[in-house]
Amino acid sequence: MAYSKEARAGYQKILKDMEDAGLFKRERFIHSPQGADIEVEFPVGASPKKVINMCANNYLGLSSHPEIVKAAHDGLESRGYGMSSVRFICGTQDTHRELEAVVTKFLGTEDTILFPSCMDANAGVFEAVLTDEDVMISDRLVHASIIDGIRLCKAQTDTYKHSNMEHLEEKLQLHADKRHKMIITDGVFSMDGDTAKMDKIVELGEKYNAMVFSDESHSSGFIGKTGRGVHEKCGVVGKMDIITTTFGKGLGGASGGCVSGRKELVEMCRQKARPYLFSNAMAPVIVQGVLKVFDILNNSTERRDKLERNAAYWRKGLAEAGFVLKEGDTPIVPVMLFNAKLAQDISRDLFNEGIYAIGFFFPVVPQAQARIRTQLSAAHEIHHLDKALDAFKKVGKKYNILGKTKEEIIAMYGN
Amino acid sequence: MNEMQKIILDYVIAEYIDDDTEVTVDTPLISGGIVDSFSMVSLKRFLETKYKISIPDDKATPEAFDSVNKICTLVQVFVK
Repeated sequence: MAYSKEARAGYQKILKDMEDAGLFKRERFIHSPQGADIEVEFPVGASPKKVINMCANNYLGLSSHPEIVKAAHDGLESRGYGMSSVRFICGTQDTHRELEAVVTKFLGTEDTILFPSCMDANAGVFEAVLTDEDVMISDRLVHASIIDGIRLCKAQTDTYKHSNMEHLEEKLQLHADKRHKMIITDGVFSMDGDTAKMDKIVELGEKYNAMVFSDESHSSGFIGKTGRGVHEKCGVVGKMDIITTTFGKGLGGASGGCVSGRKELVEMCRQKARPYLFSNAMAPVIVQGVLKVFDILNNSTERRDKLERNAAYWRKGLAEAGFVLKEGDTPIVPVMLFNAKLAQDISRDLFNEGIYAIGFFFPVVPQAQARIRTQLSAAHEIHHLDKALDAFKKVGKKYNILGKTKEEIIAMYGN
Repeated sequence: MNEMQKIILDYVIAEYIDDDTEVTVDTPLISGGIVDSFSMVSLKRFLETKYKISIPDDKATPEAFDSVNKICTLVQVFVK
């Protein structure tokens, strides 16, 4: 037998060690559509409990929006359920191309290509456009999917201290001899909730003849005055060379992603990107749903405006309560706890108070940086946020962390 | 601390440390999450330029780069 008793025992020990270290993740089963209020079965076998969701990427509250659901239903009738093909064989419908054109216009780029996910987009893009004559210079906190994509590419790699423009400039000078240079960043950093200095990055790109790549998955639809993303916020629309983003977060929450940018770079992806060539086309039902998302966003900024107000209200409430927060002005608000077990205990207690928020710890975030990453939604009403704040304060008081500094929390709980 | 240890430790602190994290000649750099695998390339380039050596790729492993002392041991193999 290939899976021997010894192999099984070995893996069991690894998993037990994770559990003992407080690093074991357990899924909770949701018995309702995604939204501000959800019903969650936890632990396994318990009756589903109605809780307020404070940890979804459902930024615009569109995950279960009736207009999106209807558009998807209509799409099932008009374009079917699945393509059973990769794009270039027989997997491209007219609506795939329609969506690509809509996204291009929304992001202010030259062309767009859809992928089954942004994870796939990030996995495929670098290898498709760069070779060993080139260099990729990435922010040290880019998303895991970008790290995986960089690993698949043969271009040289280097990194700069998070959001440190002086260090980025040093690296651009260091690699002046490379054929192509690409600066790689997230638009909004998913674990800390801070925003890239995109105007400065673009300025450096122009100064040192480097392309600029940004993953806008945590900003598309709601960052910037009309929700185009961090490039809109920083006044550099039209100057981005590659943007990747997902339709699995604010833009509907189902799945799908894209590479958008310079016409030739997008065409290189169409010709060479492995996830595009070898993975199934986005399902028609999801394409129809995403088209409706953009229709809603192009007609009004109401949702992103409400999200912005909710985020400010929430952050103010947590700060006044005395929690240690990461600085930022996005709908991602990390409540810093530093200790993995503390993060899990607080998450469990919050659940008992009717609030669903998960603890994040190593390897998802660096060691000793455990947190509960709260995320706001346009689906949240003030009563949701007030109830959640009351719960956070009650639980924070129980663990004696309100008004405490990072050092004091670590002294109490370790890291 | 000898001169090589000091030079390399100073470079590591300037290049990788943003806060008050303490780094010594034995602090795990790669396994400790201070130096990521992508940044090893610039560390290798610094060592090759500084000491006028060429480190073969199969010797520039995460294990060999995992502390200032281990890096010194590796460099000394190639310094004439």
